[in-house]
Amino acid sequence: MMIQLKIDGKNINARKGEPLVDVALKNDIYIPTLCYTTGQACLGTCRVCSVKVDGVVTAACTVPVAHGMDVEVNEPEVTDMRKALVESLFAEGTHNCPSCEKSGRCDLQAVGYEVGMMVSRFEYRFTPRRRDYASDKILLERDRCIFCQRCVDFVRDEETGQKIFSISGRGANSRIEINAEFANKMTAEQVTRAVNLCPVGTIVEKGVGFNDPIGKRKFEIKSVRERALEGGPK
Amino acid sequence: MSNHAVKQADSAINEMYSHDLPRTPVDAEFLASQEGKIKVSMIGLCGCWGCTLSVLDMDERLLGLLDKVTILRSSLTDIKRIPERCVVGFVEGGVANEENIETLEHFRENCDILISVGACAIWGGVPAMRNQESLSDCLAEAYIGSPTVVLGVIPIIPDHPDIPKLTTKVYPCHDVVKMDYFIPGCPPDGDAILKVLDDLVNGRPVNLPTSINRYD
Repeated sequence: MMIQLKIDGKNINARKGEPLVDVALKNDIYIPTLCYTTGQACLGTCRVCSVKVDGVVTAACTVPVAHGMDVEVNEPEVTDMRKALVESLFAEGTHNCPSCEKSGRCDLQAVGYEVGMMVSRFEYRFTPRRRDYASDKILLERDRCIFCQRCVDFVRDEETGQKIFSISGRGANSRIEINAEFANKMTAEQVTRAVNLCPVGTIVEKGVGFNDPIGKRKFEIKSVRERALEGGPK
Repeated sequence: MSNHAVKQADSAINEMYSHDLPRTPVDAEFLASQEGKIKVSMIGLCGCWGCTLSVLDMDERLLGLLDKVTILRSSLTDIKRIPERCVVGFVEGGVANEENIETLEHFRENCDILISVGACAIWGGVPAMRNQESLSDCLAEAYIGSPTVVLGVIPIIPDHPDIPKLTTKVYPCHDVVKMDYFIPGCPPDGDAILKVLDDLVNGRPVNLPTSINRYD
């Protein structure tokens, strides 16, 4: 069923129940995302796609569109909230872009540019977290994890369907974990998919990094905004 | 009396800071030609001087600004401390020792606008990798357990009073003094620094577009 809604004052027709973030993109309105992937189940973990729906702040990936909705995306208060959310992620982990294998092809970094982050308004914490080298093919850089849970939900052992990645602990003690036994059974394609799915540099393929020269890296060729608006693979 | 105490007593008489050393006076005619221009300076704290090189990367594009701008302390002039008040001060590097704090505070007091240039000034950068370890572990790794310690010599951690004391952690500049603007990058492109300087000199609001904002 087709419905009408308003995004930033623009009248938009959409199919009822479609995720708001996708509806906005189809109408050339970019909303940054980190945990959401079009076509996959909504996780709603990162909140970076926060917008105002009828005056209430909510994550756009979690909202199925309904008739008569009034959505504000580029409104100053909520725009700054999205920026603050990205800044808090940069302060919470240790995101050392200059030394990171994922730099230039990192969603968090690319979204940082889109929200215009120059510095984090929050205190940089430098929480010490141990890396996990146990798996043969994957290095787990825990410093950089933003707990989006993409890998937890979308990367499974092909035989058993069990999770390969999981999160242990609670709150500030949360940790991303890898099941080395399952990880060692991952095919090369599955490893590449997991690396690409990770929006930061937490899941790194051993022996791979810094392949593309500066200036020719993924988001330098085409920004995260352009990629999202095109609707192709992120 | 320890060796250090003797040196300290001597230095009370002979001590002189590099910024107090006598220097060749600047040509009066040249000084007069610089009257009324916007004074710009740059200092380096705990960084690698890469951002300073990026300032040099402005190349001939800087020439277009030179009728409005004059450069006091920078890698081009090698003045230790700015001799007069500046309008724009660029800071490279984070704060990792007591000398960095003193230098940054002096710069803040003597500049109208301060700008953090590069990852180290903005969040600590590569030197801040030590923030995840204790300072004593870092010093022990460098001076006691290092594979390059000289054989047959008892390894010591240097603690001469002339050596600035390291801070426990590496801090961004804005943790120590107020910083007005930030130019990310490791290092930022000359273009990014030029854009900010050009905005300031021409009285426009500072705006670093997404296309030249880089964190690495």
